[in-house]
Amino acid sequence: MKILVAVKRVPDPNATIKVRPDGAGIVADNVKYVVNPFCEIAIEEALRIKEKQGGAEVVLVSIGGKVAQEQLRTGLAMGADRAILVASEDEVEPAVVSRVLKKLIESEQPELVLMGKQSIDDDSNVVGQMVAEMLGWPQATFASEVKLAADTKSAVVTREVDGGLEDLEIQLPAVITVDLRLNEPRYASLPGIMKARKKELKEIPLAEVGVNTSPTLKVHKFEPPAKREAGKKVGSVEELVGLLHSEAKVI
Amino acid sequence: MNVLVFAEHQHKKFSKIALVALRAGQVLAEKTGGTCSAAVLGTDVEGLARELAEYGVKTVYAVEHAALEHYVADAHAQALAGLAADKGFDAVVATASAIGKDLLPRVAVRLDAGMACEITGINDDGTLVRPMYAGNAIATISIETPRKVVSVRATAFDAAAKGASGTVEMVAAAIDTSALRMKFVSFNETKSDRPVLTEARIVVSGGRGLKNGENFTTVLEPLVDAMGAAMGASRAAVDAGFVPNDLQVGQTGKVVAPELYVAVGISGAIQHLAGMKDSKVIVAINKDEEAPIFQVADYGLVADLFKAVPEMKDAVEKMKH
Repeated sequence: MKILVAVKRVPDPNATIKVRPDGAGIVADNVKYVVNPFCEIAIEEALRIKEKQGGAEVVLVSIGGKVAQEQLRTGLAMGADRAILVASEDEVEPAVVSRVLKKLIESEQPELVLMGKQSIDDDSNVVGQMVAEMLGWPQATFASEVKLAADTKSAVVTREVDGGLEDLEIQLPAVITVDLRLNEPRYASLPGIMKARKKELKEIPLAEVGVNTSPTLKVHKFEPPAKREAGKKVGSVEELVGLLHSEAKVI
Repeated sequence: MNVLVFAEHQHKKFSKIALVALRAGQVLAEKTGGTCSAAVLGTDVEGLARELAEYGVKTVYAVEHAALEHYVADAHAQALAGLAADKGFDAVVATASAIGKDLLPRVAVRLDAGMACEITGINDDGTLVRPMYAGNAIATISIETPRKVVSVRATAFDAAAKGASGTVEMVAAAIDTSALRMKFVSFNETKSDRPVLTEARIVVSGGRGLKNGENFTTVLEPLVDAMGAAMGASRAAVDAGFVPNDLQVGQTGKVVAPELYVAVGISGAIQHLAGMKDSKVIVAINKDEEAPIFQVADYGLVADLFKAVPEMKDAVEKMKH
């Protein structure tokens, strides 16, 4: 079976992001970039399915600047087989990313597409769902467990939903977006990193994919969030509870 | 714009988030000069539609089909997008809940609409406000397509109030069942007598400082219950397997904005702050006085939580008597 995994390059989740003074974007200098944490979980799940199935191929796809090669190499070092970078130096919004993925999925014809439930920069949480609808495929979002049927024609996915866990049965081909607890991604081993250098990483300019790249959204400006000031330190539990009652009036 | 609100229900009961979506839809309709209607999807939902019609909506559509018995994305997307297109709505609005997030992107594709995700505000000129980068950047955006799809953050809008009564219209959903490839199997509800995390007046959350899952039960929960609060957790505590993910407060979990938020043994990573910093009053209890959580806390207590939390429980109980 073939599994396609979408991978996004994002700022380090532990970095403090600041808005540029002109409001046109964020300060990008001196920011470390990593594989979006949810994408790492998706890669890991693909590798586990491959190890269990035997003979499966894991193909990574990223849409972004040439620098995103770095994140694809990370995924190849973890154990993916090959990678495709759709290169664009401009920001590509989620709806356009979805159109590109749809096109690549049509030519690659994977049985399963895995991706993170959201990227931690844009925080949209839409691409998996949009791609699934564009293809007329089923989806299972927010997966915390994926059980493939023995014939790999269907899967039962446990989903993290409001108020509990839902089990959903989907027929393949399908899109699954992954949540935090699905697995713990492996680190790339040194031999893995060496091998990754020789694996195929194909680059396609966005303009050559053949999709409508006109955006559906317009960003007018960015602003920093309203700042919250630190309050006071209290000396004891007694003082704390007293203040919550008499001053803050919340208990 | 004429707005259609998707009114989510759980097993034929509305929670607050349905009314929040309705309020956001009303605001969007008011600011862009249009009407606000709503849709309830399921089997046998006329009663629910009548309930919702009391809240100042033009029309509530009770959309019924056997394939809508349980929530599944493909059938619901067909029904909702079909209704919106049929009735000529300009915008579809829902709460960015687990269901809203799962459903709306598919509706947007079916309607050829741009989608704005988890907005926190609607400006007078119709532009929308949404946080990005874990809330470190607030973007003002507009949707450039003729039809628009919008999901709204549940904590950013009030619930709709009762108002003029609207009409209820029964609709037999047009669903191509041969295209359906998803089947609901089961729902394993987290049983709890506590308030719902996203709606509670008080939230008490624990972090990695609690050291293990057992301490959530033996140390934190007595305080949670003494305060009549909902219990939350940081991503670190979820990652460590102390508690289930549906308790997670933060960028990748739930966003809460209660009157009182008590962070216990939580350092205050950026992604956690994204989920709670709009709380009215924030209390932090942490033994590390350098912990970033203190920078957003109204009241900070530098203390060993294993001593402070039981003390606080006793003090709260004493106050009640």
